[in-house]
Amino acid sequence: MNGDRPLVAVLDYGIGNLRSAQKALERVGADARLTADAGLIADAAGVVLPGVGHFGTCMDQLRSTGLEQPALDAIESGRPFLGICVGMQMLFEASEEAPGVPGMGVMPGTVRLLPDGIVRPQMQWNRLDVQRPSCPLLAGLTDGAWMYFVHSYAPDTDPELVAATCDYPTPITAVTERGRLWATQFHPEKSGDAGKRLAENFLAAVRADQCRR
Amino acid sequence: MKTVRVIPCLDVDDGRVVKGVNFVGLRDAGDPVELAAAYDRQGADEIVFLDITASAHNRDTIIELARHTAEEVFIPFTIGGGIRSVDDARALLRAGADKVSVNSAAVARPELVREIAGEFGTQCVVVAVDAKSNGAGADGSTTWNVYVKGGREDTGIDALDWVRQVADLGAGEILLTSMDADGTKAGFDLELTRAVVDAVEIPVVASGGVGTLQHLVDGALIANADAVLAASIFHFGEHTIADAKRALLDAGVAVRPPTA
Repeated sequence: MNGDRPLVAVLDYGIGNLRSAQKALERVGADARLTADAGLIADAAGVVLPGVGHFGTCMDQLRSTGLEQPALDAIESGRPFLGICVGMQMLFEASEEAPGVPGMGVMPGTVRLLPDGIVRPQMQWNRLDVQRPSCPLLAGLTDGAWMYFVHSYAPDTDPELVAATCDYPTPITAVTERGRLWATQFHPEKSGDAGKRLAENFLAAVRADQCRR
Repeated sequence: MKTVRVIPCLDVDDGRVVKGVNFVGLRDAGDPVELAAAYDRQGADEIVFLDITASAHNRDTIIELARHTAEEVFIPFTIGGGIRSVDDARALLRAGADKVSVNSAAVARPELVREIAGEFGTQCVVVAVDAKSNGAGADGSTTWNVYVKGGREDTGIDALDWVRQVADLGAGEILLTSMDADGTKAGFDLELTRAVVDAVEIPVVASGGVGTLQHLVDGALIANADAVLAASIFHFGEHTIADAKRALLDAGVAVRPPTA
């Protein structure tokens, strides 16, 4: 493994646009691989679970490609892990989008439909309201960074785990943090310079974790 | 908070950017990836590429465009034109496009919207609607029909019925172009845009007719569009994306602040 360009596994379970997440990590200096290889995932210094589309479809695909267990193992190991959009939602116990389909359940709570009376999906840029300035993923982004959101559902979870929210028009969970398990409801790989900074922060966490081991 | 997106649109023919005036009389304006990256730097919120040739042999060119763009541009981008199947959509999304826009293929077979949404999610399905006024009816209210083939063919379908139908089928967004306004530089068809915004819950992108920054403001404030799209006022350097953002902010419209 090359220490200068840490290996980051971007889980490829056959859904839509995963390539952007890979490119965004490459851009900030990761050896980012789109992969479905459990061995490579086990070797990776950091793991990214992207996701777009329907919660139920993504869970089914994650399971049918055999990538749920490698993802759970990576989280269990304490290596830096980043869930993006539906990749965030899948970390929770369940989603109103797919009743009866269990999530990965490594974060407490349920993913709920955004309130009535607003445009759904939220498909726009929105500002982060940082709840936990100490979150390393948000270093340099505590002053109302703009991120790109595309979602109709969002996690309803323990406020202690929420590192940032956005206003739409009530506070929506935007970033969660539990140890080195991070997740964003927005797409850092599509959020221009602010997203680039978040990717750099994730990679810094990956490097710091490598040094610890 | 609702923030209005400013979206430059690049019409692409065989891998090069052109801008149609009423879809006739094309003018080459350069490399699409380079232009998209420049718009990203100016603070564009998204980019739309419309492949206007969209012939079968052209699929590889447009997939290559998606691939190249995903390496250079770190804001969302949509590709439209010539998408007739789930396989067409898959190739573009896998190459790095965030959304695909379907138009005449959805009119010919509305189930296509459901199929793409079912496979990849509603967020990646944009239905482009080209609408043209039928004038005022007997009761004095305006109706609009859906047109295909670059505005040459009237489908006879009511535009408001159509947007409701595709929203039910799983469209994540409507890209609405007024065939009356397109190319005129006289502003959006605000009545049409407002009617479509009111007809559906999903976001509506207003398109067609932008000649001044005030037109963008009108689209956001009067028609209540979720996003405003323009081409020529940006391509030929009349205005930057930042100028557009400042005009919107000055008018009290929330936008992601300009970066340049």
